[in-house]
Amino acid sequence: MLDYDKLISEKAEKMRPSGIRRFFDLVADMPECISLGVGEPDFQTPWDIRDAAIHSLEIGRTKYTANAGLKELRMEICGWLKRRYEMAYQPEEILVTVGGSEAIDLALRALIEEGDEVIIPEPCFVCYDPITTLIGGKPVPVATTEENEFRVTAEQIRAAITPRTKMLVLSYPNNPTGAVLRHEDLTAIADVLRGTDIIVLSDEIYSELNYTGAHESIAMIEGMKERTIVVNGFSKTYSMTGWRLGYAAGPRPIIAAMTKIHQSCIMSAPTTSQYAAITALRDCDDDVDYMRRQYDTRRQYCVRKLNEMGLHTFEPKGAFYLFPNISSSGMTSDEFCEQLLQKKHVAIIPGSAFGACGEGFARISYAYSLEHLREAMKRIQEFLDEIKGE
Amino acid sequence: MDEMKLLDLLSLYPRASVADLADILGEKEEDVENAKDSLEKRKIICGYHTVINWDKTNIDHVDAFIGVSAKPERDRGYDKIAERIARFPEVSSLYLTSGSSEFLLSINARTMREVADFVGGKLAPLEGVASTVTMFVLKKYKVNGVTMEIKTDVDDDRLPISA
Repeated sequence: MLDYDKLISEKAEKMRPSGIRRFFDLVADMPECISLGVGEPDFQTPWDIRDAAIHSLEIGRTKYTANAGLKELRMEICGWLKRRYEMAYQPEEILVTVGGSEAIDLALRALIEEGDEVIIPEPCFVCYDPITTLIGGKPVPVATTEENEFRVTAEQIRAAITPRTKMLVLSYPNNPTGAVLRHEDLTAIADVLRGTDIIVLSDEIYSELNYTGAHESIAMIEGMKERTIVVNGFSKTYSMTGWRLGYAAGPRPIIAAMTKIHQSCIMSAPTTSQYAAITALRDCDDDVDYMRRQYDTRRQYCVRKLNEMGLHTFEPKGAFYLFPNISSSGMTSDEFCEQLLQKKHVAIIPGSAFGACGEGFARISYAYSLEHLREAMKRIQEFLDEIKGE
Repeated sequence: MDEMKLLDLLSLYPRASVADLADILGEKEEDVENAKDSLEKRKIICGYHTVINWDKTNIDHVDAFIGVSAKPERDRGYDKIAERIARFPEVSSLYLTSGSSEFLLSINARTMREVADFVGGKLAPLEGVASTVTMFVLKKYKVNGVTMEIKTDVDDDRLPISA
């Protein structure tokens, strides 16, 4: 019998299992539980998009595409970025990837050398730290605070910069907090970065789910486009998580390097998904508006309910998550979530799964119907009443 | 109170009680009640209907669409004849349309005979009606946004926990 423990590379071995994984296992044993734990939309992919995919299969679009993605799709992405955010990109500055996740992986692999530092404002999506570590980089977490609405500040970034700093990750609208950076935050951060060699990895996958204003990318701030890799995709905007399609937009030499890695490990993103995505960008603004309106109703409902029941909750401005402060319960995030699951069969995710500074918080997803959310809120209220009585 | 929000919510959950609506919108029940009343009085909300697939019951049911060619009247155009057609309780919808005939109406009846009696005895003899074309519904696939007899999307099959 082979000793697999000896065979697995040290780097893979050392990857910490995500805090989400443990909860996944707990929930899997509890089929009757109601979950508020998803990181994907509840809406079906709009029919026009599905129809375009089916049509592409009917006429036999079943082969690889160009490594960087269909030219027609990349042109459509450029048109969309221009139309939605006034961002000017050429098709040669776009790489179509397998979800936004691949674009993040490629950006880090194309730029990070052994020992390079990557500044990662937390709480955040769970992939930046492990991928950075896997390729030999050094994650430098920066803790954002509830007092500052989970917006990273230019001062925090300035303080975290060392001669080894290679990259800054910005992921706004943010998972798990729902935070959005304001124009003045972006310009202040740009002031810190201009004149350095630091590249920004701006994960804007939730850009269309902004409830208080129009999305603004740091790449739009003067002098920033040349030092920014924008990551976006179709999963959240068009409810296409299972289609695995995203893209990176950035300076040509960086996109070219990312494309080199991409062609070795992926070849090209799924062809069917690429044809579907053309229709998404061209024809589905109304569907996106509809979904945003529904999310917004749920957002307002949930943030009010949680605050009413005494869980102080920052009003999220984007994405589809709430990040209540659960410290008044006297429990850790883990204890709170585990007890809520055991006692009331409601699954939410401990904030600590998204970075150490997420301790004292929990992530609640509102990508569910209002009926589902109301039942869940009722149970959370019961849970709080019970622990207060104990 | 934001009327658009209330309408949005009612279009999704027409059966929600005033208490439910107030809870979701964070408004007083009284205010929701008043807003709803006002929308109904102004005929912005025109009704709350139940979509029934009668084919799944053992009750006889026949639906038909009828194209009606008609002449407009001096001064009142098509409105007067439309009013006279609309008054028949058998008529469930009535539209003035472009195309080969002037009106398109739909009718819900129990039997083919009832439809024939309505067309021959009530509709065709109306002053101003020149001719009618009756199309019986053979099978319903979608009614008022609700699909019937066709494949629907799977239930929520998302992983219960994901990043």
